[in-house]
Parts: sequence; C-alpha cells; structure tokens
Amino acid sequence: MRFDLALIQDWIAPSARVLDLGCGDGTLLAALRDNKQIDGLGVEIDAHDITRCIARGINVIEQDLNSSLENFRDASFDVVVMTLALQALQYPHRVLDEMLRIGSEGIVTFPNFGHWRARNYLVTRGRMPVSKFLPYTWYDTPNIHFCTVQDFEALCAEKNIRILDRAMIGGTDNRGTLARLWPNLFAVTAVYHIGR
Amino acid sequence: MSSHASENPIDATRSVGLVVPHTQHFAEPVALACGRELRDYDIVYETYGTLNRARSNAVLICHALSGHHHAAGYHQPDDKKPGWWDDYIGPGKPIDTRHFFVVSLNNVGGCHGSTGPASTNPATGKPWGPDFPSLRCRDWVQTQRQLMRALDIPQWAAVIGGSLGAMQAMRWALEYPDLVRHCIVIASAMKLSAQNIAFNEIARKAIMSDPNFHGGRYLEHDTIPAQGLALARMVGHITYLSADGMMEKFGRDLRAGGFAIGSDDVVEFQVQSYLRHQGDAFSRAFDANSYILMTHALDYFDLAREYDDDAVAAFEQARCEFLVISFSSDWRFSPLRSREIVNALIAARRSVSYTEIDSPHGHDAFLVPDARYEAVFTAYMQRIRGELG
Repeated sequence: MRFDLALIQDWIAPSARVLDLGCGDGTLLAALRDNKQIDGLGVEIDAHDITRCIARGINVIEQDLNSSLENFRDASFDVVVMTLALQALQYPHRVLDEMLRIGSEGIVTFPNFGHWRARNYLVTRGRMPVSKFLPYTWYDTPNIHFCTVQDFEALCAEKNIRILDRAMIGGTDNRGTLARLWPNLFAVTAVYHIGR
Repeated sequence: MSSHASENPIDATRSVGLVVPHTQHFAEPVALACGRELRDYDIVYETYGTLNRARSNAVLICHALSGHHHAAGYHQPDDKKPGWWDDYIGPGKPIDTRHFFVVSLNNVGGCHGSTGPASTNPATGKPWGPDFPSLRCRDWVQTQRQLMRALDIPQWAAVIGGSLGAMQAMRWALEYPDLVRHCIVIASAMKLSAQNIAFNEIARKAIMSDPNFHGGRYLEHDTIPAQGLALARMVGHITYLSADGMMEKFGRDLRAGGFAIGSDDVVEFQVQSYLRHQGDAFSRAFDANSYILMTHALDYFDLAREYDDDAVAAFEQARCEFLVISFSSDWRFSPLRSREIVNALIAARRSVSYTEIDSPHGHDAFLVPDARYEAVFTAYMQRIRGELG
C-alpha cells in the first residue's frame, strides 16, 4: 500500500465513520474496513475506479470534488480523508473548509512541491518539473494547484485550521529522517491530520 | 446487443431460454391505499434460475410503466424478441441466473394476465374497465409481498427496478425493511416533477379523447381506443429518448418523398414512421385503462409523503443497502432526481453507492446495453452473491 495510506490508518479510530474524497479504487477504505471496521464512503469521478470500489464492496458516490460538497451534512462523518487530490482541485482552500465542516477531523496528503528535486529541476533546467512521481507536462495535468509544506501550513494558520499531527514521507529514504527534519526540502509527500 | 432468435437458435450460454409464465391466484382480499379492496386477484409471474437450499438468492424485478412479467428469455422458439430486460437477466449477465433466482411479475392493474381493468369484475360479470380500483405503488408492493409468501421466499437478496419499478423497490425498502437486503434503484425519482405529471396528463387526455374510449367501457362496446393510446405512447416515447439520441438515430432522414424543386410528394421523416410504429404496436398490446391507472400511480408516488415530506426520515426506515444508478441524458428522471435519493440515503446513514452512466439513450438507457452500466451492475450483483454464502 502507498506509504501515505499506511500512515493514515494509525490516525483513524476503530469503527469511525470515514468519508474519502477522491477515493480511487477504494484501497484505503477497504484496508480501513478490514483493519479498523470503519464505516466508509468514497467519492470518486473515475468510472473504472467506481466499478472497482463497488466490486470490492466499498460504497462510493460518483461526484466531482470541484462541484459542491454541500450534499454532505455538517459533522456527519468522524473523519474526512483526501489523499493526493488537494493539488488537483480548483479551490483547495474551500475543500479544506468543507472537509472540516463535514467531519470533526480531516486527513490530507499532498505532493510537496518544495522538495529539493523539484527546486533543482526548476533552477537547473528552468522548466516545470516532470518526474516519475509527477509525470505530467505543465499544460496537460490534473495537478493545477501545487503547494509546498510551508504553503500548506501557512494556509492552515490563515484559516485557523489546527494541525493535530503531521508525517512526512521522503524519497529514497523511507525512514524519513531528512523529511522529518526539513520537510519543506525533503518530504515527497506530506500527510496532515487537521481539525478546528 | 440483444439476442435475436429469428436467425439463431436461442443461445443457452447467454439466455435463460424458453420460459413459461405461471399464474398465482390469491383468494384473500387486499385492502388498497384508495380505501377499496380487491376481493381476490391473480398475479402472473415468471422465474429464472434456481432457488438455492437456503432460499437466500431470490431477486425481485419490479417493472416500469409498460412492463410486465416477461423480463427474460423467450416464450416460443420463434419469438422475434426476448423479454424486456433480457440484456440484463440471464447466465453471465448482470443479474446472473446461474446464481440468482429471479422473480418477475406483472403487477395487479396491468394487462398481461394479472388482474386488471380488462379482467372481469365478479360483481357485474363485465370487464372492470374504469371501475377498477385506483392503485398506488404500495398496493403493488403489498401484492408482491403476497407472491413472495406464496413462493415461500423468506427475504429478497435484492429488489431491483428501473423508473416506476425502482419506486416499488424503494417502497419495499421502507415498508418491509426486514425482507430486503439490497435495493437497486435505476433511473428513478422520489416523486414526479410537475413536468412529468403534465406529460402523463397529455397521455391520459389523448386516450380519453378517442371516440372509441366510451368513458373507459370500450371493451363492452367491443372496441379499443387505439388511436388515443398510440398517441399517448408517442408522446411518452419522446420523453424516454434524448434529443441527441433521436438526432443520432433518425437525423432528418426521409422515409418517403423528397424536396426536389417541382416535387410535391408527401414527405415523411424516419422519426415520424418510427413513432407511428411504436404507437401502433403499443396500442395493440396494452390496455388503455391499465395505462391510465399506471400513469396515475406514477403521479401519486411520493416516497416521503407520509414521513412529513422528510426523505431522510423515510429512508431511516430502511435496513437494506442501496445502489442508485442514473443516466446522463435522462431528462424524464434526471440524474439530479437520483442524487436527491442518494443524498437522503447518506444523511440517513444508509449504505449507498451511486453512479451516473454517460449515455445518449435518455430514460430508456436503463434497458439498453452499455458496457459501463453492465460493469457496475455486475460488480454490485457479485457483491450480493458474495454474501449468499
């Protein structure tokens, strides 16, 4: 399982009611169901992923995160999770607000654009970074709102979002010492547990 | 595509094959929502597949406005067409008859063998006609419950329907929460819109304006309001298709005549002849009073009416899990109506999955082969199958 997904499991209480925004093929919800007996619901727009969710018994709603989420009632979930989708949203800040309206807590993961490789790519080549992890060209990409670890924390401060916990996933160094010490430079993926 | 028996012998690997309808007589009166009762009645039904020893694999198919019990397979080896949902019921199909025991019936009030307006009223010895009691969805669900008893089925693995059929499926979930494990709601709504009711009113008016209607007592006059019923069907049929779908299928193609200068041939577009054919075929196969009765039942349906118009409170009665499917070009029961169902289910904390299938086929899309629809439907049915043990 993806590192960010494995980390997230530790932050979710058994039997919690979990909403997963951009749930993909339901990998995380299926693991949480099997390991933590959670009551999960996914939101996804990819047709193939939706079918795979249903096939593995994961409830999923076809809905675009860029459209309104107001169909989900206030405080109707314990945790709202969104993994690696923040950077693809039209208005990421509004969705963060929505996550903490719908759930008591939120868990967000995103690729850290402040990672030294991205910086190095930009500085040495003068071009927008393209990598194995983020393989898209700048003009044809779902990722329209990249941010860095510092950007995200600044947004949280501005919005009075409390950071309950955070974890950083490094590149080659998966024990993540460097990523933990200097996340803005060494974290490939940032994982945040947030609340109000 | 649907199997066509005329050229090939029936493909036993994909079809339930030859099927025989059964008739179940019910001698116990049933109290109807309108306050009247049916003293006794018949229900015609078909079954496909085999009931397992635990009797846990039974699935109920609820039909829509013009549907009936013949959902899959063939009555005769030389039938031109199989049952109305043959693309979705059969071996290897979404409702896989190798694993499920499928029950498909003709609702009371219908005209394909179950007791309805064309049946004889025991009190008069004449056809019921317009005197047949007005029915609501709950009456169908209640009589389906009696059929379930007669077949000794303790619980439905799933109740499945499209359109008006899905309204019955939802009513099942609320009325008999312990008897339904899954509810599959396809191209439906919790209630009709004003526009829907308006179209139904045009259909009814078309029938009633036919000089052969005779206040609904046309059978006593040995006639049928064929023109009115055909017109009703033509209007209805347009609302089941999408503008783009019709353009794609017919365009402005001509069936007869032309626009050459100097020619005053009568011009006939393909879509004209298609609609006329649909109307004519329907008017020969369907009873006008049944059509009026069923459109009324559609209009009257309001899932949450008795729950203070609170759909969340309504769905809190349900115990089953839901799959809701809509179709992008369906303007009769648009995806928005399905999303209302889904949102109420989420708020009621019921188990629900929802998908909107991209299709050009309008409301009729629920009957038409479509790879994605079949994949989702199959995946969900396999999930149900996994629970059968």
